[in-house]
Amino acid sequence: MKTLAPERPVDFAAIRKDFPIFEQKVHGKPLIYLDSTATTQKPLEVIRALEHYYRTYNANIHRGVYAIAEEATARYEEVRGKVARLLNARSPSEIIFTRGTTESMNLVSNAWGRSNVGPGEVIVLTEMEHHSNLVPWQILAKERGASIRYIPFDGKGRLDLSGLDALLQGKVKIVSLTHMSNVLGTVNPVAEIARKAHAQGALVCVDAAQSLPHLGVDVRALDCDFLAFSAHKMLGPTGTGGLYGKRALLDAMPPFLGGGEMIREVRLEGSTWNEIPWKFEAGTMNIADTIAFGTAIDYVEKIGFAAIAEHSRELASETMRRLGEIPGVTTYGPPAAERGGIVAFTLDDIHAHDVATVLDHEGVAVRAGHHCAMPLHTKLGVAATTRASFYVYNVPSDIAVLVEGVRKAKQLFHR
Amino acid sequence: MSLDDFYRQSILDHYQNPRNWGTLEKPDITASDANPLCGDEIRIDLKIKDDRVEEVRFSGKGCSISRAAASMLTESIEGKTLDEVKQINRDDVLDMLGIELGPVRLKCALLALKTLKVGVYGIQQNWPGEEDEG
Repeated sequence: MKTLAPERPVDFAAIRKDFPIFEQKVHGKPLIYLDSTATTQKPLEVIRALEHYYRTYNANIHRGVYAIAEEATARYEEVRGKVARLLNARSPSEIIFTRGTTESMNLVSNAWGRSNVGPGEVIVLTEMEHHSNLVPWQILAKERGASIRYIPFDGKGRLDLSGLDALLQGKVKIVSLTHMSNVLGTVNPVAEIARKAHAQGALVCVDAAQSLPHLGVDVRALDCDFLAFSAHKMLGPTGTGGLYGKRALLDAMPPFLGGGEMIREVRLEGSTWNEIPWKFEAGTMNIADTIAFGTAIDYVEKIGFAAIAEHSRELASETMRRLGEIPGVTTYGPPAAERGGIVAFTLDDIHAHDVATVLDHEGVAVRAGHHCAMPLHTKLGVAATTRASFYVYNVPSDIAVLVEGVRKAKQLFHR
Repeated sequence: MSLDDFYRQSILDHYQNPRNWGTLEKPDITASDANPLCGDEIRIDLKIKDDRVEEVRFSGKGCSISRAAASMLTESIEGKTLDEVKQINRDDVLDMLGIELGPVRLKCALLALKTLKVGVYGIQQNWPGEEDEG
Protein backbone atom coordinates (compact mmCIF):
# COMPACT_ATOMS: atom_id res chain seq x y z
CA MET A 1 0.00 0.00 0.00
CA LYS A 2 1.33 3.39 -0.88
CA THR A 3 1.44 5.44 2.28
CA LEU A 4 0.59 8.93 1.27
CA ALA A 5 0.51 10.55 4.69
CA PRO A 6 -1.49 13.75 4.62
CA GLU A 7 1.00 16.58 4.82
CA ARG A 8 -1.66 19.00 5.97
CA PRO A 9 -5.20 18.52 7.22
CA VAL A 10 -7.62 18.21 4.33
CA ASP A 11 -10.59 20.58 4.38
CA PHE A 12 -13.36 18.20 3.34
CA ALA A 13 -16.06 20.85 3.73
CA ALA A 14 -14.27 22.91 1.08
CA ILE A 15 -13.97 19.87 -1.21
CA ARG A 16 -17.75 19.65 -1.37
CA LYS A 17 -17.80 23.02 -3.19
CA ASP A 18 -15.94 21.41 -6.11
CA PHE A 19 -19.02 19.29 -6.87
CA PRO A 20 -21.73 21.20 -8.78
CA ILE A 21 -24.41 18.61 -7.98
CA PHE A 22 -24.54 19.83 -4.39
CA GLU A 23 -25.77 23.24 -5.52
CA GLN A 24 -29.30 21.87 -5.94
CA LYS A 25 -32.07 20.96 -3.52
CA VAL A 26 -34.01 17.72 -3.42
CA HIS A 27 -37.55 17.82 -1.99
CA GLY A 28 -36.62 21.34 -0.91
CA LYS A 29 -33.63 20.15 1.14
CA PRO A 30 -29.91 20.27 0.39
CA LEU A 31 -28.77 17.05 -1.31
CA ILE A 32 -26.90 14.77 1.05
CA TYR A 33 -25.39 12.03 -1.04
CA LEU A 34 -24.66 8.82 0.86
CA ASP A 35 -24.54 6.37 -2.03
CA SER A 36 -20.95 6.68 -3.23
CA THR A 37 -20.55 2.92 -3.11
CA ALA A 38 -22.96 2.79 -6.06
CA THR A 39 -21.35 5.69 -7.88
CA THR A 40 -19.55 8.84 -6.78
CA GLN A 41 -20.37 12.41 -7.73
CA LYS A 42 -18.05 14.23 -10.14
CA PRO A 43 -15.96 17.32 -9.43
CA LEU A 44 -16.20 20.21 -11.85
CA GLU A 45 -12.72 19.53 -13.30
CA VAL A 46 -13.78 16.03 -14.36
CA ILE A 47 -16.91 17.39 -16.03
CA ARG A 48 -14.77 20.06 -17.72
CA ALA A 49 -12.26 17.47 -18.94
CA LEU A 50 -15.10 15.71 -20.77
CA GLU A 51 -16.23 18.94 -22.35
CA HIS A 52 -12.69 19.97 -23.21
CA TYR A 53 -12.10 16.71 -25.07
CA TYR A 54 -15.30 17.02 -27.10
CA ARG A 55 -14.78 20.73 -27.81
CA THR A 56 -11.13 20.67 -28.77
CA TYR A 57 -9.64 17.30 -29.73
CA ASN A 58 -12.40 14.75 -30.25
CA ALA A 59 -10.95 12.13 -32.63
CA ASN A 60 -10.53 8.39 -32.75
CA ILE A 61 -7.33 7.12 -31.18
CA HIS A 62 -4.45 5.02 -32.49
CA ARG A 63 -5.39 5.60 -36.13
CA GLY A 64 -5.40 9.18 -37.35
CA VAL A 65 -2.10 10.90 -38.15
CA TYR A 66 -3.54 14.37 -37.85
CA ALA A 67 -3.00 16.70 -34.92
CA ILE A 68 -6.15 16.21 -32.88
CA ALA A 69 -6.08 12.41 -33.30
CA GLU A 70 -2.51 12.39 -32.04
CA GLU A 71 -3.56 14.60 -29.14
CA ALA A 72 -6.45 12.26 -28.25
CA THR A 73 -4.19 9.21 -28.47
CA ALA A 74 -1.55 10.83 -26.31
CA ARG A 75 -4.08 11.89 -23.63
CA TYR A 76 -5.72 8.44 -23.60
CA GLU A 77 -2.42 6.58 -23.29
CA GLU A 78 -1.26 9.07 -20.68
CA VAL A 79 -4.11 7.87 -18.46
CA ARG A 80 -2.90 4.30 -18.87
CA GLY A 81 0.45 5.37 -17.48
CA LYS A 82 -1.29 7.21 -14.68
CA VAL A 83 -3.32 4.14 -13.74
CA ALA A 84 -0.23 1.93 -13.87
CA ARG A 85 1.51 4.28 -11.45
CA LEU A 86 -1.61 4.50 -9.25
CA LEU A 87 -1.78 0.72 -8.94
CA ASN A 88 2.00 0.29 -8.80
CA ALA A 89 1.93 -1.98 -11.85
CA ARG A 90 5.24 -2.83 -13.50
CA SER A 91 4.24 -1.38 -16.85
CA PRO A 92 1.36 0.50 -18.53
CA SER A 93 0.94 -2.53 -20.79
CA GLU A 94 -0.48 -4.36 -17.77
CA ILE A 95 -3.47 -1.98 -17.72
CA ILE A 96 -6.44 -2.76 -19.96
CA PHE A 97 -9.29 -0.30 -20.21
CA THR A 98 -12.80 -1.74 -19.99
CA ARG A 99 -16.29 -0.48 -19.19
CA GLY A 100 -15.56 -1.12 -15.53
CA THR A 101 -15.23 -3.81 -12.88
CA THR A 102 -17.97 -6.04 -14.27
CA GLU A 103 -16.52 -6.12 -17.77
CA SER A 104 -13.05 -6.69 -16.32
CA MET A 105 -14.29 -9.71 -14.38
CA ASN A 106 -15.96 -11.05 -17.50
CA LEU A 107 -12.73 -10.50 -19.43
CA VAL A 108 -10.83 -12.66 -16.93
CA SER A 109 -13.49 -15.35 -16.69
CA ASN A 110 -13.74 -15.56 -20.49
CA ALA A 111 -10.26 -14.93 -21.88
CA TRP A 112 -8.31 -16.56 -19.04
CA GLY A 113 -11.01 -18.85 -17.66
CA ARG A 114 -12.09 -20.63 -20.80
CA SER A 115 -8.54 -21.65 -21.66
CA ASN A 116 -7.40 -22.41 -18.12
CA VAL A 117 -10.32 -23.89 -16.18
CA GLY A 118 -11.45 -27.41 -17.10
CA PRO A 119 -13.74 -30.18 -15.87
CA GLY A 120 -13.28 -31.07 -12.21
CA GLU A 121 -11.23 -27.96 -11.51
CA VAL A 122 -12.13 -25.45 -8.84
CA ILE A 123 -12.78 -21.71 -8.53
CA VAL A 124 -12.71 -20.22 -5.02
CA LEU A 125 -14.84 -17.15 -4.21
CA THR A 126 -16.20 -15.71 -0.96
CA GLU A 127 -19.73 -15.45 0.40
CA MET A 128 -19.56 -11.65 0.41
CA GLU A 129 -19.04 -11.11 -3.31
CA HIS A 130 -20.89 -8.61 -5.47
CA HIS A 131 -22.78 -10.36 -8.27
CA SER A 132 -20.12 -9.11 -10.72
CA ASN A 133 -17.61 -11.44 -9.07
CA LEU A 134 -20.08 -14.32 -8.76
CA VAL A 135 -22.11 -14.64 -11.92
CA PRO A 136 -19.22 -14.62 -14.47
CA TRP A 137 -17.61 -17.48 -12.56
CA GLN A 138 -20.89 -19.39 -12.29
CA ILE A 139 -21.28 -19.11 -16.07
CA LEU A 140 -17.70 -20.32 -16.58
CA ALA A 141 -18.04 -23.19 -14.08
CA LYS A 142 -21.20 -24.42 -15.74
CA GLU A 143 -19.72 -24.24 -19.21
CA ARG A 144 -16.45 -25.90 -18.24
CA GLY A 145 -17.73 -28.46 -15.73
CA ALA A 146 -15.79 -26.80 -12.92
CA SER A 147 -16.99 -26.26 -9.36
CA ILE A 148 -17.03 -23.25 -7.03
CA ARG A 149 -16.09 -23.17 -3.36
CA TYR A 150 -16.85 -20.25 -1.08
CA ILE A 151 -14.82 -18.78 1.76
CA PRO A 152 -17.45 -18.06 4.46
CA PHE A 153 -17.71 -14.90 6.55
CA ASP A 154 -18.38 -14.85 10.27
CA GLY A 155 -20.88 -13.02 12.50
CA LYS A 156 -18.73 -9.89 12.42
CA GLY A 157 -18.59 -9.84 8.64
CA ARG A 158 -14.95 -10.97 8.49
CA LEU A 159 -13.80 -13.76 6.20
CA ASP A 160 -13.40 -16.96 8.19
CA LEU A 161 -10.00 -18.19 7.04
CA SER A 162 -9.82 -21.14 9.44
CA GLY A 163 -10.84 -23.51 6.65
CA LEU A 164 -8.86 -21.78 3.89
CA ASP A 165 -6.14 -24.42 3.64
CA ALA A 166 -8.77 -27.10 3.07
CA LEU A 167 -10.62 -24.93 0.55
CA LEU A 168 -7.40 -24.51 -1.43
CA GLN A 169 -6.72 -28.24 -1.61
CA GLY A 170 -7.11 -30.00 -4.94
CA LYS A 171 -7.40 -28.53 -8.40
CA VAL A 172 -7.98 -24.90 -7.45
CA LYS A 173 -7.16 -22.68 -10.44
CA ILE A 174 -8.12 -19.25 -9.17
CA VAL A 175 -9.24 -17.42 -6.05
CA SER A 176 -11.34 -14.36 -6.90
CA LEU A 177 -12.41 -12.07 -4.08
CA THR A 178 -13.37 -8.58 -3.16
CA HIS A 179 -10.79 -6.37 -1.47
CA MET A 180 -13.54 -4.40 0.27
CA SER A 181 -17.15 -5.53 0.67
CA ASN A 182 -19.70 -3.19 -0.90
CA VAL A 183 -22.19 -4.01 1.88
CA LEU A 184 -20.24 -4.78 5.06
CA GLY A 185 -17.33 -2.48 4.33
CA THR A 186 -14.97 -5.26 5.43
CA VAL A 187 -11.40 -4.92 4.13
CA ASN A 188 -10.17 -8.41 3.32
CA PRO A 189 -6.59 -9.66 3.86
CA VAL A 190 -5.93 -10.13 0.17
CA ALA A 191 -2.12 -10.39 0.45
CA GLU A 192 -2.37 -13.19 3.02
CA ILE A 193 -4.90 -15.11 0.93
CA ALA A 194 -2.81 -14.53 -2.21
CA ARG A 195 0.25 -16.04 -0.51
CA LYS A 196 -1.64 -19.20 0.36
CA ALA A 197 -3.34 -19.42 -3.03
CA HIS A 198 -0.04 -19.03 -4.88
CA ALA A 199 1.54 -21.70 -2.71
CA GLN A 200 -1.14 -24.06 -4.04
CA GLY A 201 -0.55 -22.94 -7.63
CA ALA A 202 -3.78 -20.92 -7.91
CA LEU A 203 -4.06 -17.39 -9.32
CA VAL A 204 -5.66 -14.49 -7.46
CA CYS A 205 -8.14 -12.04 -8.95
CA VAL A 206 -9.23 -9.00 -6.94
CA ASP A 207 -12.40 -6.91 -7.14
CA ALA A 208 -11.09 -3.47 -6.23
CA ALA A 209 -14.25 -1.53 -7.15
CA GLN A 210 -14.51 -0.22 -3.58
CA SER A 211 -10.97 -0.53 -2.28
CA LEU A 212 -9.30 1.49 -5.02
CA PRO A 213 -11.30 4.68 -4.33
CA HIS A 214 -11.39 4.26 -0.57
CA LEU A 215 -7.97 2.87 0.31
CA GLY A 216 -5.84 2.90 -2.80
CA VAL A 217 -4.29 -0.37 -3.95
CA ASP A 218 -0.81 -1.65 -4.70
CA VAL A 219 -0.91 -4.68 -6.97
CA ARG A 220 2.65 -5.65 -6.10
CA ALA A 221 2.05 -5.48 -2.35
CA LEU A 222 -1.13 -7.54 -2.76
CA ASP A 223 0.69 -9.78 -5.26
CA CYS A 224 -2.57 -10.34 -7.15
CA ASP A 225 -2.60 -11.66 -10.69
CA PHE A 226 -5.64 -9.67 -11.83
CA LEU A 227 -7.34 -6.63 -10.33
CA ALA A 228 -10.56 -5.02 -11.57
CA PHE A 229 -11.75 -1.47 -10.94
CA SER A 230 -14.23 1.20 -12.06
CA ALA A 231 -13.62 4.89 -12.72
CA HIS A 232 -17.08 6.06 -11.69
CA LYS A 233 -16.63 4.94 -8.10
CA MET A 234 -13.59 7.23 -7.84
CA LEU A 235 -14.99 10.57 -9.07
CA GLY A 236 -14.55 9.55 -12.72
CA PRO A 237 -17.23 9.12 -15.39
CA THR A 238 -19.37 6.02 -15.83
CA GLY A 239 -18.60 3.53 -18.57
CA THR A 240 -14.87 3.22 -18.05
CA GLY A 241 -12.52 1.40 -15.73
CA GLY A 242 -10.03 -1.32 -16.16
CA LEU A 243 -8.22 -4.50 -15.45
CA TYR A 244 -4.70 -4.97 -14.20
CA GLY A 245 -3.11 -8.28 -15.18
CA LYS A 246 0.39 -9.63 -14.81
CA ARG A 247 2.14 -9.30 -18.14
CA ALA A 248 2.93 -12.97 -18.68
CA LEU A 249 -0.69 -13.93 -18.07
CA LEU A 250 -2.07 -11.26 -20.40
CA ASP A 251 0.44 -12.23 -23.09
CA ALA A 252 -0.67 -15.85 -22.95
CA MET A 253 -4.41 -15.14 -22.93
CA PRO A 254 -6.52 -15.21 -26.07
CA PRO A 255 -8.53 -12.03 -26.85
CA PHE A 256 -11.88 -11.38 -25.20
CA LEU A 257 -13.68 -9.32 -27.85
CA GLY A 258 -12.74 -9.32 -31.52
CA GLY A 259 -12.74 -6.28 -33.80
CA GLY A 260 -10.73 -3.26 -34.76
CA GLU A 261 -7.51 -2.26 -33.01
CA MET A 262 -7.06 -5.62 -31.22
CA ILE A 263 -5.47 -7.19 -34.31
CA ARG A 264 -2.00 -7.17 -35.76
CA GLU A 265 -2.99 -8.49 -39.16
CA VAL A 266 -6.28 -9.67 -40.59
CA ARG A 267 -6.49 -12.02 -43.57
CA LEU A 268 -9.52 -13.81 -44.86
CA GLU A 269 -7.92 -17.06 -43.68
CA GLY A 270 -7.45 -15.81 -40.13
CA SER A 271 -5.97 -13.08 -37.96
CA THR A 272 -3.16 -12.43 -35.55
CA TRP A 273 -3.45 -10.35 -32.41
CA ASN A 274 -2.08 -7.00 -31.41
CA GLU A 275 0.24 -6.89 -28.41
CA ILE A 276 -1.04 -6.14 -24.91
CA PRO A 277 -2.83 -4.13 -23.77
CA TRP A 278 -4.44 -3.33 -27.13
CA LYS A 279 -5.16 -7.01 -27.77
CA PHE A 280 -7.98 -6.58 -25.25
CA GLU A 281 -9.29 -3.23 -26.47
CA ALA A 282 -11.46 -4.04 -29.46
CA GLY A 283 -13.38 -1.30 -31.21
CA THR A 284 -13.51 2.38 -30.35
CA MET A 285 -12.91 2.67 -26.65
CA ASN A 286 -14.51 5.11 -24.24
CA ILE A 287 -11.97 7.80 -25.02
CA ALA A 288 -13.60 10.85 -23.43
CA ASP A 289 -14.50 9.16 -20.16
CA THR A 290 -11.12 7.50 -19.84
CA ILE A 291 -9.33 10.82 -20.33
CA ALA A 292 -11.60 12.40 -17.71
CA PHE A 293 -10.80 9.47 -15.42
CA GLY A 294 -7.22 10.69 -15.57
CA THR A 295 -8.41 14.04 -14.22
CA ALA A 296 -10.28 12.23 -11.44
CA ILE A 297 -7.11 10.34 -10.49
CA ASP A 298 -5.23 13.64 -10.22
CA TYR A 299 -7.99 15.04 -8.04
CA VAL A 300 -8.04 12.02 -5.70
CA GLU A 301 -4.25 11.88 -5.45
CA LYS A 302 -4.16 15.54 -4.52
CA ILE A 303 -6.29 14.71 -1.45
CA GLY A 304 -4.37 11.50 -0.80
CA PHE A 305 -5.62 8.00 -0.02
CA ALA A 306 -4.49 8.10 3.59
CA ALA A 307 -6.66 11.16 4.23
CA ILE A 308 -9.59 9.66 2.30
CA ALA A 309 -9.40 6.35 4.18
CA GLU A 310 -9.21 8.14 7.51
CA HIS A 311 -12.11 10.44 6.62
CA SER A 312 -14.31 7.52 5.49
CA ARG A 313 -13.51 5.56 8.62
CA GLU A 314 -14.36 8.50 10.87
CA LEU A 315 -17.70 9.00 9.14
CA ALA A 316 -18.48 5.27 9.31
CA SER A 317 -17.54 5.18 12.97
CA GLU A 318 -19.75 8.16 13.81
CA THR A 319 -22.63 6.68 11.80
CA MET A 320 -22.39 3.33 13.57
CA ARG A 321 -22.23 5.02 16.96
CA ARG A 322 -25.20 7.30 16.36
CA LEU A 323 -27.37 4.74 14.60
CA GLY A 324 -26.56 2.34 17.42
CA GLU A 325 -28.31 4.72 19.83
CA ILE A 326 -31.62 4.16 18.06
CA PRO A 327 -33.45 1.12 19.45
CA GLY A 328 -34.28 -1.30 16.65
CA VAL A 329 -31.31 -0.43 14.44
CA THR A 330 -28.96 -3.27 13.54
CA THR A 331 -25.72 -2.48 11.72
CA TYR A 332 -23.83 -5.20 9.87
CA GLY A 333 -20.14 -5.90 9.46
CA PRO A 334 -16.96 -5.36 11.44
CA PRO A 335 -16.06 -2.50 13.81
CA ALA A 336 -15.45 0.84 12.10
CA ALA A 337 -11.68 0.54 12.55
CA GLU A 338 -11.67 -2.46 10.20
CA ARG A 339 -13.89 -1.10 7.44
CA GLY A 340 -14.12 1.45 4.70
CA GLY A 341 -16.79 4.15 4.56
CA ILE A 342 -19.84 1.91 4.32
CA VAL A 343 -22.58 1.22 6.88
CA ALA A 344 -25.47 -1.12 6.05
CA PHE A 345 -28.27 -1.36 8.57
CA THR A 346 -31.84 -2.45 9.20
CA LEU A 347 -34.49 -0.74 11.33
CA ASP A 348 -36.82 -3.16 13.14
CA ASP A 349 -38.95 -4.87 10.50
CA ILE A 350 -39.41 -1.67 8.52
CA HIS A 351 -38.50 -2.35 4.91
CA ALA A 352 -35.36 -0.69 3.57
CA HIS A 353 -37.42 0.93 0.80
CA ASP A 354 -39.55 2.71 3.36
CA VAL A 355 -36.50 3.90 5.28
CA ALA A 356 -34.93 5.13 2.05
CA THR A 357 -38.11 6.94 0.97
CA VAL A 358 -38.31 8.82 4.27
CA LEU A 359 -34.61 9.71 3.97
CA ASP A 360 -35.12 10.84 0.38
CA HIS A 361 -37.65 13.38 1.59
CA GLU A 362 -34.96 14.71 3.93
CA GLY A 363 -32.69 15.13 0.91
CA VAL A 364 -30.62 12.07 1.88
CA ALA A 365 -29.76 9.61 -0.90
CA VAL A 366 -29.07 6.09 0.40
CA ARG A 367 -29.30 2.71 -1.25
CA ALA A 368 -31.99 0.22 -0.23
CA GLY A 369 -32.03 -3.39 -1.34
CA HIS A 370 -29.56 -6.23 -1.64
CA HIS A 371 -26.85 -4.09 -3.29
CA CYS A 372 -26.09 -6.79 -5.88
CA ALA A 373 -25.05 -9.17 -3.11
CA MET A 374 -28.01 -11.51 -2.63
CA PRO A 375 -26.07 -14.46 -1.14
CA LEU A 376 -24.58 -12.10 1.45
CA HIS A 377 -28.05 -10.90 2.49
CA THR A 378 -29.37 -14.46 2.56
CA LYS A 379 -26.61 -15.30 5.00
CA LEU A 380 -27.42 -12.23 7.12
CA GLY A 381 -31.02 -13.43 7.15
CA VAL A 382 -32.47 -10.20 5.76
CA ALA A 383 -34.02 -9.50 2.38
CA ALA A 384 -32.69 -5.98 2.16
CA THR A 385 -30.63 -3.43 4.03
CA THR A 386 -30.34 0.33 3.91
CA ARG A 387 -26.80 1.40 3.09
CA ALA A 388 -25.08 4.70 3.75
CA SER A 389 -21.68 5.15 2.15
CA PHE A 390 -19.28 8.05 2.23
CA TYR A 391 -16.68 9.77 0.14
CA VAL A 392 -14.63 12.94 0.05
CA TYR A 393 -17.59 15.35 -0.17
CA ASN A 394 -19.32 14.04 2.93
CA VAL A 395 -19.04 15.85 6.26
CA PRO A 396 -20.12 14.97 9.82
CA SER A 397 -23.26 17.11 9.58
CA ASP A 398 -24.51 14.73 6.85
CA ILE A 399 -24.66 12.01 9.47
CA ALA A 400 -26.79 14.15 11.78
CA VAL A 401 -29.39 14.51 9.01
CA LEU A 402 -29.21 10.78 8.24
CA VAL A 403 -29.75 9.83 11.88
CA GLU A 404 -32.62 12.28 12.27
CA GLY A 405 -34.22 10.78 9.15
CA VAL A 406 -33.90 7.25 10.50
CA ARG A 407 -35.59 8.39 13.73
CA LYS A 408 -38.35 9.93 11.65
CA ALA A 409 -38.85 6.67 9.74
CA LYS A 410 -39.09 4.78 13.01
CA GLN A 411 -41.69 7.20 14.28
CA LEU A 412 -43.72 7.10 11.07
CA PHE A 413 -43.90 3.34 10.76
CA HIS A 414 -43.94 2.47 14.42
CA ARG A 415 -47.09 0.63 15.31
CA MET B 1 -44.88 15.24 -3.27
CA SER B 2 -44.31 15.71 0.45
CA LEU B 3 -43.60 12.79 2.73
CA ASP B 4 -47.03 13.13 4.31
CA ASP B 5 -48.63 12.95 0.87
CA PHE B 6 -46.56 9.93 -0.06
CA TYR B 7 -47.28 8.04 3.13
CA ARG B 8 -50.94 9.07 3.19
CA GLN B 9 -52.84 8.16 6.31
CA SER B 10 -54.69 5.44 4.41
CA ILE B 11 -51.45 3.83 3.28
CA LEU B 12 -50.04 3.82 6.79
CA ASP B 13 -53.35 2.53 8.12
CA HIS B 14 -53.45 -0.37 5.66
CA TYR B 15 -49.78 -1.07 6.35
CA GLN B 16 -50.17 -1.11 10.11
CA ASN B 17 -53.60 -2.79 10.14
CA PRO B 18 -53.69 -4.86 6.97
CA ARG B 19 -57.19 -6.04 6.02
CA ASN B 20 -57.69 -9.72 5.20
CA TRP B 21 -54.36 -10.65 6.74
CA GLY B 22 -53.67 -14.37 7.09
CA THR B 23 -54.25 -17.58 5.17
CA LEU B 24 -57.31 -19.74 4.43
CA GLU B 25 -57.76 -23.42 5.12
CA LYS B 26 -58.40 -25.24 1.86
CA PRO B 27 -58.53 -22.19 -0.39
CA ASP B 28 -60.04 -22.66 -3.85
CA ILE B 29 -57.33 -20.51 -5.30
CA THR B 30 -53.91 -19.80 -3.88
CA ALA B 31 -51.02 -18.00 -5.49
CA SER B 32 -47.72 -16.70 -4.24
CA ASP B 33 -45.01 -14.60 -5.76
CA ALA B 34 -41.99 -12.57 -4.79
CA ASN B 35 -40.02 -9.57 -5.91
CA PRO B 36 -36.41 -10.70 -5.37
CA LEU B 37 -35.13 -7.19 -5.99
CA CYS B 38 -36.44 -6.00 -2.65
CA GLY B 39 -37.30 -9.27 -0.95
CA ASP B 40 -41.08 -8.75 -0.99
CA GLU B 41 -43.11 -11.95 -0.74
CA ILE B 42 -46.85 -12.43 -0.90
CA ARG B 43 -49.40 -15.22 -0.80
CA ILE B 44 -53.05 -14.68 -1.64
CA ASP B 45 -55.77 -17.25 -0.81
CA LEU B 46 -59.32 -17.11 -2.18
CA LYS B 47 -62.57 -18.93 -1.36
CA ILE B 48 -64.87 -18.87 -4.36
CA LYS B 49 -68.62 -19.42 -4.08
CA ASP B 50 -70.98 -19.12 -7.09
CA ASP B 51 -68.12 -17.65 -9.10
CA ARG B 52 -67.69 -14.86 -6.55
CA VAL B 53 -64.90 -14.10 -4.10
CA GLU B 54 -66.41 -15.17 -0.81
CA GLU B 55 -63.28 -14.79 1.27
CA VAL B 56 -59.75 -13.56 0.67
CA ARG B 57 -56.59 -13.54 2.79
CA PHE B 58 -53.08 -12.43 2.11
CA SER B 59 -49.80 -12.88 3.94
CA GLY B 60 -46.13 -12.30 3.33
CA LYS B 61 -43.60 -9.59 3.92
CA GLY B 62 -42.72 -6.38 2.22
CA CYS B 63 -42.58 -2.63 2.35
CA SER B 64 -45.47 -0.36 3.29
CA ILE B 65 -46.43 0.21 -0.34
CA SER B 66 -46.61 -3.48 -1.22
CA ARG B 67 -48.54 -4.36 1.93
CA ALA B 68 -50.95 -1.43 1.68
CA ALA B 69 -51.59 -2.23 -1.98
CA ALA B 70 -52.33 -5.85 -1.12
CA SER B 71 -54.62 -4.85 1.72
CA MET B 72 -56.56 -2.38 -0.42
CA LEU B 73 -56.74 -4.78 -3.33
CA THR B 74 -58.08 -7.68 -1.28
CA GLU B 75 -60.63 -5.37 0.30
CA SER B 76 -61.81 -4.29 -3.13
CA ILE B 77 -62.42 -7.79 -4.50
CA GLU B 78 -64.62 -9.20 -1.76
CA GLY B 79 -67.92 -10.22 -3.36
CA LYS B 80 -66.70 -9.60 -6.89
CA THR B 81 -67.05 -12.19 -9.66
CA LEU B 82 -63.90 -13.74 -11.05
CA ASP B 83 -64.53 -11.90 -14.31
CA GLU B 84 -64.67 -8.62 -12.44
CA VAL B 85 -61.45 -9.48 -10.66
CA LYS B 86 -59.83 -10.15 -14.01
CA GLN B 87 -60.79 -6.66 -15.14
CA ILE B 88 -58.78 -4.94 -12.38
CA ASN B 89 -55.71 -3.27 -13.84
CA ARG B 90 -52.67 -1.41 -12.61
CA ASP B 91 -54.36 1.97 -12.77
CA ASP B 92 -57.05 0.70 -10.41
CA VAL B 93 -54.40 -0.25 -7.89
CA LEU B 94 -52.57 3.05 -8.30
CA ASP B 95 -55.88 4.87 -7.83
CA MET B 96 -56.44 2.99 -4.58
CA LEU B 97 -52.99 4.02 -3.35
CA GLY B 98 -53.49 7.54 -4.65
CA ILE B 99 -49.80 8.39 -4.98
CA GLU B 100 -47.23 8.69 -7.74
CA LEU B 101 -44.59 5.99 -7.78
CA GLY B 102 -41.17 5.65 -9.39
CA PRO B 103 -40.26 2.54 -11.40
CA VAL B 104 -38.83 0.61 -8.43
CA ARG B 105 -41.74 1.23 -6.06
CA LEU B 106 -44.20 0.52 -8.88
CA LYS B 107 -43.21 -3.14 -8.69
CA CYS B 108 -43.89 -3.10 -4.95
CA ALA B 109 -47.34 -1.65 -5.59
CA LEU B 110 -48.23 -4.17 -8.28
CA LEU B 111 -46.93 -7.38 -6.71
CA ALA B 112 -50.30 -8.19 -5.11
CA LEU B 113 -52.18 -7.59 -8.37
CA LYS B 114 -49.74 -9.72 -10.30
CA THR B 115 -50.12 -12.52 -7.76
CA LEU B 116 -53.91 -12.22 -7.76
CA LYS B 117 -53.99 -12.44 -11.56
CA VAL B 118 -51.77 -15.50 -11.54
CA GLY B 119 -54.28 -17.04 -9.13
CA VAL B 120 -57.50 -16.22 -10.98
CA TYR B 121 -56.11 -17.01 -14.42
CA GLY B 122 -54.16 -19.97 -13.15
CA ILE B 123 -51.24 -19.02 -15.31
CA GLN B 124 -48.00 -17.11 -15.09
CA GLN B 125 -48.04 -13.77 -16.86
CA ASN B 126 -46.13 -10.54 -17.24
CA TRP B 127 -46.27 -7.77 -14.72
CA PRO B 128 -49.69 -6.19 -15.25
CA GLY B 129 -49.44 -3.64 -18.00
CA GLU B 130 -45.71 -3.90 -18.11
CA GLU B 131 -43.67 -5.34 -20.92
CA ASP B 132 -40.06 -4.64 -20.06
CA GLU B 133 -38.39 -5.99 -16.96
CA GLY B 134 -36.16 -2.96 -16.51
